[in-house]
Amino acid sequence: MPAMLTMQGVSKSFLGVRVLHGVDLDLEAGEVHALVGENGAGKSTLMKVLAGEHVPDEGTVRLDGTAHRFGHPAQAQAAGIGIIHQEFALLPHRTVAENVFLGREPTRRGLVDRRAMREQTARLLTELGIGAAEGLTPDTYVRDLSVARQQTVEIVKSLGGASDVRVLVMDEPTAPLADHEAGLLHDLVRRLAARGLGVLYISHRLREVFELADRVTVLKDGRRVTTTRTADTDTDRVVRAMVGRELSAYYPPRARPEELGALRLTVTGAGNDRLHAIDLRLRAGEITGVAGLQGSGRTSLARALFGAAPFTHGRMTVGDRELRPGSPRQAIRAGLALVTEDRKTEGLALRQSVRDNALLVTRAVPARGRPPAGRSLAGLLDRVRLQARGEDQQTQYLSGGNQQKVVIAKWLAAHPQVLIVDEPTRGVDVGAKAAIHTLIRELARDGLAVLLITSELPELIGMSDRVLVMAEGRIAGELPAGASEEDIMRLATSAAERPAPSAAEGAA
Amino acid sequence: MTVATPVHGKRVGVTFGPGTPVYVLLVVLLAALALTDPGFYDPDRFLAFVKRAAPLVLLAAGQYLVIVSGEFDLSVGAIVTAGVVVAAELYGSYPGAHWLLMTLALLLAGAVVGLVNGLISTGLRVPSFITTLGMMLILEGAVFYWTGGSPQGVLPEEFRALGRGTAFGWLPWAVLACAAAAVLAVWLMRRDFGRTLIATGDSERTAALSGVRVHRVRVLAFVLSGVAAALAAVLVGGFSGVSAQAGRGMEFEAITAVVLGGVALGGGRGSVLAAMAGAFSLQALFTLLNLQGVSGALESTVQGVIVIAAVGIGAADFARLRRRRTQSAARSPRTHSSEGSTP
Repeated sequence: MPAMLTMQGVSKSFLGVRVLHGVDLDLEAGEVHALVGENGAGKSTLMKVLAGEHVPDEGTVRLDGTAHRFGHPAQAQAAGIGIIHQEFALLPHRTVAENVFLGREPTRRGLVDRRAMREQTARLLTELGIGAAEGLTPDTYVRDLSVARQQTVEIVKSLGGASDVRVLVMDEPTAPLADHEAGLLHDLVRRLAARGLGVLYISHRLREVFELADRVTVLKDGRRVTTTRTADTDTDRVVRAMVGRELSAYYPPRARPEELGALRLTVTGAGNDRLHAIDLRLRAGEITGVAGLQGSGRTSLARALFGAAPFTHGRMTVGDRELRPGSPRQAIRAGLALVTEDRKTEGLALRQSVRDNALLVTRAVPARGRPPAGRSLAGLLDRVRLQARGEDQQTQYLSGGNQQKVVIAKWLAAHPQVLIVDEPTRGVDVGAKAAIHTLIRELARDGLAVLLITSELPELIGMSDRVLVMAEGRIAGELPAGASEEDIMRLATSAAERPAPSAAEGAA
Repeated sequence: MTVATPVHGKRVGVTFGPGTPVYVLLVVLLAALALTDPGFYDPDRFLAFVKRAAPLVLLAAGQYLVIVSGEFDLSVGAIVTAGVVVAAELYGSYPGAHWLLMTLALLLAGAVVGLVNGLISTGLRVPSFITTLGMMLILEGAVFYWTGGSPQGVLPEEFRALGRGTAFGWLPWAVLACAAAAVLAVWLMRRDFGRTLIATGDSERTAALSGVRVHRVRVLAFVLSGVAAALAAVLVGGFSGVSAQAGRGMEFEAITAVVLGGVALGGGRGSVLAAMAGAFSLQALFTLLNLQGVSGALESTVQGVIVIAAVGIGAADFARLRRRRTQSAARSPRTHSSEGSTP
């Protein structure tokens, strides 16, 4: 029996550069089919061809045996293809029902039939097993929902409109989610598949690919490498197919005890409206990992240390100076650096050159006795292994990994003592990820104290010399290097049962 | 290979930056002027043209600093008017005042107006569009109230020398002032101040988290714009004398010039030289229209068309347009290979 959806020999070029080379892909009804590959492998382009956003140069798309050639997303939608983009297209100040029926509101006597809208939305929510208990009702305002729930609304929206959705494309749906939220999404995806939908699932997280998908297709450089049942393969083989190399030395070796140096940062009993009783000690040469669920205060901690959303009480010492920074500028002067979670809006001035970005901190905060960074810029960019056309290239044209390297270079130019990195490898492809990991370890080895915040547990475990676990604005506990994912998750989810965990026992 | 052409085209654009079109435009306009009026390039007449353009060039340089940081300054025209009128009134009261002292006093006053603009826009978070619009109305009203509509007083010759006189008997002071401002502006934009200013306009949050004192650099941009406007007032007072209309509409001319120079409204992109070239282009265009016998009354109409066209062209996503074109070009010869794809 032919598959529900087949794409055959799909090719696509932009400006004469071929990004897809005759890719084949098929999808059965009721199947979750994962699509993996490094950034730039062609996953998104392939999905955009399917969704009618790009017209393929060659190749065919058949749905239920009918050949289609979509020239516009609306045609693809009408044919039964729904797509969930990474960026949501929701109106925050409207209710869930209004969003679900946006642009196709049911009418009665020329007026919008709000009751029908609400009822149909409620029915869809129930069918998908989402109860009002989870804070999601047709009348909830989207702005009041968590990112995970907004995503649910997107999914409901894609199902609610076109009468008969057959294929649902999800582009890295778990990227913005914490682990327990990802679990909820997985349940939802399984229920969708059980209803007979075919789900095409793009992801960087291989663990979820193996949990969720029936088959996995690996793309590399615009070609299909393999399609296999997940039961017949394993993570290593998939990663090898993605990058074409072994992953034995994926994480650089940890610090040896003699490499740990002086205390660079101490925080005692500090807090603000989001953080409570924070005690922290960072040593030169050490990478301290911070784990925690979304909203546990990981990013708040970074912002408080850096003075962007300062501590309101407690003591903090940087180097040997007592200082609780009240602004990023003070923090920078004291020797702190923060690689923010969101590099596009908080890390880079995208329309400025590599050079201007790399020199931004040293220009903004000139310091006595520091040699001008302009002269050593080439060496600096070399050190972070930046791959760019030149120092004059605008950073918006760099890949995610290279953008992150520019951000790191910007901080290194200021010779910091403490480096805080928040989600350093988010949206970065596998090769660049390894480069950034190696770089962070080298920096620690050169005497920086590193605080590494990440929601990717393998990264956290692989990189950290010790792990702090946060929950509900507190440090719920500390684990040694090599702690298991289960240990971390147990601490991260424990706070609810232990209202006032003492961080002191962990710090001992 | 097939890739060569588009990539090559992109390189050229990158090398010359976003200001490239304005230099081409300026050359075209100057050539057109030469064709229309063969005497245009007589040294005297050409320098007179540059002299006429000088106030606008200064305003454009000041406006550039504000716009590139992501703000607007609508008060500069009113500063020019107020500067001219205040100077005349002051000379009415103190006829013996030294011209240099008077000039410095005006520059200081311009700086104070800019400081107020800047502090209100950043500290109180009033959008600068509103702050400086309010400042424009306040200054215009104050001038009107003070003079009753017809300013008194005459500007003495020494004071007017900067606007109408010449150095070495042939080089107008206004041209020198213009050149000095250009050198200063380019120098400033290469300094830490300029680089952090443009980064602030590009991404305020990134700048703030990198330690840039975003309020301070923006206030400084407003102050410099105020000073540039005051200097423009001295030049305008010099060659056209006292009038309650002296600076009318100049804020929009300056914004037009900056936009024409390829500087992005909203900040973060463009060069100060291109903005100043934009001012020259605008002046050249007005001169050309004048020579062609187009009514001066249409100047603001022309300006309106230019602003919309320049911003529109700047905002158009040419990469996307080109992609669409190559797409349709690539599709047509290949239709035979995709038979069966459309039922």
